Amino acid sequence: MTDLKELEKLAPQVRRDIVRMVHDAKSGHPGGSLGCVEFFVALYFNIMKLGGVNFKMDGKGEDMFFLSNGHISPVWYSVLARKGYFPVAELATFRKLNSRLQGHPATHEGLPGIRVASGSLGQGMSVALGAALSKKLNNDTSLVYSLHGDGELQEGQIWEAAMFAAANKVDNLISTIDLNGQQIDGPTSEVLDMGDIAAKFKAFGWDVLSMDGANMENVVETLQKAKTHTGKGKPVVIIMHTIMGNGVDYMMHTHKWHGVAPNDEELDRALGQLPETIGDY
Amino acid sequence: METTELQVSSMEKKYTYTEKKDTRSGFGAGLLEAGKANPEVVALCADLTGSLKMDAFKKEFPERFFQVGIAEANMMGVAAGLAIGGKVPFTGTFANFSTGRVYDQIRQSIAYSEKNVKICASHAGLTLGEDGATHQILEDIGMMRMLPNMVVINPCDYNQTKQATLAIAKYYGPVYLRFGRPAWPVFTDPNEEFVIGKAQQMLSGTDITIIACGHMVWNAVQAAEELAKAGVSVDLINMHTIKPLDAKAVISSVAKTRCVLTAEEHQRNGGLGEAVAHVLALADPVPMEIVAVEDVFGESGTPAELLVKYGLDSSDIVKKAQKLLSRKTAGN
Repeated sequence: MTDLKELEKLAPQVRRDIVRMVHDAKSGHPGGSLGCVEFFVALYFNIMKLGGVNFKMDGKGEDMFFLSNGHISPVWYSVLARKGYFPVAELATFRKLNSRLQGHPATHEGLPGIRVASGSLGQGMSVALGAALSKKLNNDTSLVYSLHGDGELQEGQIWEAAMFAAANKVDNLISTIDLNGQQIDGPTSEVLDMGDIAAKFKAFGWDVLSMDGANMENVVETLQKAKTHTGKGKPVVIIMHTIMGNGVDYMMHTHKWHGVAPNDEELDRALGQLPETIGDY
Repeated sequence: METTELQVSSMEKKYTYTEKKDTRSGFGAGLLEAGKANPEVVALCADLTGSLKMDAFKKEFPERFFQVGIAEANMMGVAAGLAIGGKVPFTGTFANFSTGRVYDQIRQSIAYSEKNVKICASHAGLTLGEDGATHQILEDIGMMRMLPNMVVINPCDYNQTKQATLAIAKYYGPVYLRFGRPAWPVFTDPNEEFVIGKAQQMLSGTDITIIACGHMVWNAVQAAEELAKAGVSVDLINMHTIKPLDAKAVISSVAKTRCVLTAEEHQRNGGLGEAVAHVLALADPVPMEIVAVEDVFGESGTPAELLVKYGLDSSDIVKKAQKLLSRKTAGN
């Protein structure tokens, strides 16, 4: 379990990886990725019980993570590489021909750490539920985590899954909602206002927590707390307040950097704000 | 469920039946047996447990049965997740809701992600009957055979559906298993092991190749008997696995007969006929006729009435076979 200081040192490095990958590929999704850095770093370096870098698809005896909003693959790839699932140098292949780092996460090329393809939105909670049920059948007490975009909650399948999870008391699942309030066409409140998301999950029978996704200490504390809420007959959801583009001033608080790559000059401006703490790939 | 095979002079074999049973009950029986053989087998159903004949499995293994309610998209995702955890999930709902309704979920979470999920689909085709066109899916084989990694199976009777269910439980990878609602003649050997991708030679003949799948195999058997009375020798193939298609069986049959007719309870577009035509167009083009639904939706009616109205009766196979034989003689 990595301490807070180390986690905070990792975060700017992951942000550097994200903007460098997206810049090099000339495409990808930096905004949502930057907003979820603290979550991914905390999850992989502090929270989850992992089975080591020899990746096993069935995840028996270890915690599992599912990324439902697959377009924020840069942050996941960076953290998986930094954790040792594959060489950090491989981040340079992101979105390129013959790469294991597909634009959206996939199992087909055999990238360690990925258990299902995602990108077409709304499917990850169902898959996470299935994995959580398999753990119950296997008498495996480890947990399943999932992450979803807020815009993604507009997909109906999410609510099919939310209903199923509560009805079946799937209490070994901790889902997190990346509440950055932005989606491709604009603020979520303007595109399709979803109202009170916490109240919706409560009404669906979930145990609802919230956290500040930009504050590493709060992320770690809340995820630790969420673990203590498992096994009590309810699925757990954390509403994570995030800032799209967090850490790069000109990308913050706007949907404009949802799926756009920085040019050379913009990359330099971004890297100037992010110290190289561990070493670039 | 005894079948009898009588030797007659005009044909190699004669298929008869002593009872009719629905193919979905063959699935239910197979699922129960697969569940007993392998503790990792689990089942999911979207509020159609009785229709899919999954009650016996549910009763025997309540902890391995998941009622997901009327939420098929979630069912496909949950099945994919169970497969990740090492389970062998069988999903059950009508063919319409097993394919078109959840195509993207199957494509991304199951086929592309290479998950060991068995998509088991009942009430396929026109023989669903009175519920009408909203439920009579005739496009499912086409949709499913387009997906990389997907195996597509449409067995012909109760016995074969049971055997197919047992076979797919042992096979690793995504499978689409299509079966139906009506009571249908039971005419295959209950003990014949189902081999995925291996066509079943029903009759050996030299004048015309008939390739059928699903319920249409029985109609083709009856058509072959009619044709035999007119002295036509039919090479009849039950192509229960549409993907991967047994191309070798197709090619070696037409090498003898030099013409081919296909029969399926599906749209002409995307189905068995198209799959066979693809093989032969590249390997050995011969005159061909297709018995299938002609790019229209179905309607309410009894299964027998619908098969007649939409040109899938055994008499339609006989007519198209005769046309094909004249084309072959005329060299076109």
